[in-house]
Amino acid sequence: MSGNDKTNGHGVALRVHACAKTFADGTRALEPVTLDVARGETVVLLGPSGCGKTTLLRIIAGLETPDAGGRILFNEADVTRVPIERRNVGMVFQSYALFPNMNVSDNIGYGLKIRGVSEAERKARIAELVALTGIAGLEHRRVDQLSGGQRQRVALARAVAARPSVLLLDEPLTALDAALRERLRGELNRLLRTLGITAIYVTHDQAEAMALGDRIVVMRRGAIAQVGTPRDIYFAPANRFVAEFVGAANILEAECNAGVLLLPGGRLALANDAAAAALNGHANGRIFAMIRPESIRIIAPDGAALTGEVDSVSFVGDRQRAAIGGVAGKPIMVDVPNSTPIKAGDRVGLSVDPGDIRVLAGDTA
Amino acid sequence: MKTTRDCLIFLGQLAFTLLVAAFLIVPAVLSMLAGITSNYFLGVKSGLTLQWVLQVWELYHDTIFRSFLIAFSTLAVTLAVGIPAAYALHLRNDRVSRAVEEIITLPLAIPGLAIALALLLTYGGFSDFRRSWLFILVGHAIFTLPFMVRSVMAVFAAIDVKTLDEGAASLGASPWRRFCDVIVPNARPGILAGSLMVVTLSLGEFNLTWMLHTPLTKTLPVGLADSYASMRLEVASAYTLVFFIMIIPLLTAMQVFAGYRGAASGPKR
Ligand SMILES: Nc1ncnc2c1ncn2[C@@H]1O[C@H](COP(=O)(O)OP(=O)(O)OP(=O)(O)O)[C@@H](O)[C@H]1O
Ligand SMILES: [Mg+2]
Repeated sequence: MSGNDKTNGHGVALRVHACAKTFADGTRALEPVTLDVARGETVVLLGPSGCGKTTLLRIIAGLETPDAGGRILFNEADVTRVPIERRNVGMVFQSYALFPNMNVSDNIGYGLKIRGVSEAERKARIAELVALTGIAGLEHRRVDQLSGGQRQRVALARAVAARPSVLLLDEPLTALDAALRERLRGELNRLLRTLGITAIYVTHDQAEAMALGDRIVVMRRGAIAQVGTPRDIYFAPANRFVAEFVGAANILEAECNAGVLLLPGGRLALANDAAAAALNGHANGRIFAMIRPESIRIIAPDGAALTGEVDSVSFVGDRQRAAIGGVAGKPIMVDVPNSTPIKAGDRVGLSVDPGDIRVLAGDTA
Repeated sequence: MKTTRDCLIFLGQLAFTLLVAAFLIVPAVLSMLAGITSNYFLGVKSGLTLQWVLQVWELYHDTIFRSFLIAFSTLAVTLAVGIPAAYALHLRNDRVSRAVEEIITLPLAIPGLAIALALLLTYGGFSDFRRSWLFILVGHAIFTLPFMVRSVMAVFAAIDVKTLDEGAASLGASPWRRFCDVIVPNARPGILAGSLMVVTLSLGEFNLTWMLHTPLTKTLPVGLADSYASMRLEVASAYTLVFFIMIIPLLTAMQVFAGYRGAASGPKR
């Protein structure tokens, strides 16, 4: 595997410093964003449509220039004014942007050809990538004779062929159907680890973000809402937006009294430190608490601290999800194992570990 | 019953098609026939001859060469100017570029005579330029440029050329390499269609050329008009014949070439 040690560690450390973007028509697509990406790390930009993910990616690529004051550094070298063709980036576009006038191997080898790599070396590298991405046998196909999944692989092989400093991917799986998307997500993950390349991956699919990211950057309205590992983001969301965007979440707004939440359906004990932190040392006040549907258990209603009535139950395949009314201001979602019989109208008790309740900072939305 | 009706419809359509074809073709055939008839007023029975064709060749062969020279020079100019212009207009795609596009298209709406007059007013004073075939070339380039730009831009719009360009840039290609390796090859169908139009239009252009020409810079259509006005009918007809013989193989060759290259670059989407 002599090819591999050349392939490995070809990333740079990347730094985005105070990059904002205002388009010519006055659209403020990005507030000043600062972000550090370590060498070899995969960072996922996650957020709803229009939040500025693509804009940030294009600024890193060199396809857009940040507003004055913004800087992009590759390994401490300022590349803000360097055009994309001299930044040595690899890019995978949502539409793939394969060249219809070239066959598969010419597409993959184009970056090498531009760099003046000899034909023999080019051939060897193309063969290596074709094997790595699992498209052997398609080398001489025209790109419009490929399936969506095959195109995606060619686009990826082409982007990494010249061993770029950073690999940038803008929703590379969005154009594919669900099953294929899941399979390619796995392959992509393996490939990114094999290559050990610094990668920025844009998506609005939180499952994709969880599966691929070493860290996730959740974005909202052109700004960063939270940066953290997938576990951080999921279990310790910084605010209500992140909690609701990543995974399913029940957000309860309620009065807190001496470490206990007072709800219409009863009382819910918080972990001591959580309540104290949220209330800045005060004993009482209104707070937001987040509970994931899977951390709530259904118990017998008699003697339960918190009770409610089942509004509806929907079967989701590996489990069922119940909406329980009368507990808080709005129905709360609870994941129930398929083995537990439950139907609309049942009175139920609920139990939650204090450690599974996350008290959120008072949030704007 | 149904088959009888289908049959009747088919025969009707066939008859109509033949009629239309005859309406167009018969005059052309008669005209060409006149060019090889000894005496048109006596009819074909007076005998067939090549003397008129030879006479045309002697009198007007320079106009034929000049027409081809101008047509291919026009093609070269419109390729060199039109493709980069279409590329730039497509990439910018803002108010300025749309205004420029309209201005480029304007010569289509203005009568050739008016363009010619404007050129004469502006450049008529540069007598060497005025007297050379280059003066006509300028007129033809202005007149045919919109056809090239439009057909290339149509392809650009169809293939998302901006993303292809960005893709090539991300792989390290300079703007010039991108243009040569990715933009032009993928715009080829539009370039070929545009070229065909430019050559055809330039070869047949009369209005503008008639205003711009001098006795020493006549083109084929101008020569034709000249012979119709001042020569025997047989000579004029022989000239038409020569025109056909020149242009039909050329157009066929270009069509075949375009079809062949089009097929080589794959199925149309
Ligand atoms: N060239 C442009 N000119 C003006 N506004 C733009 C331009 N490109 C993007 N925008 C705007 O900037 C904002 C951010 O766009 P961006 O494409 O970065 O969003 P995104 O997060 O990638 O969304 P999506 O998930 O839909 O791709 C949007 O409001 C968009 O309309
Ligand atoms: Mg986007």
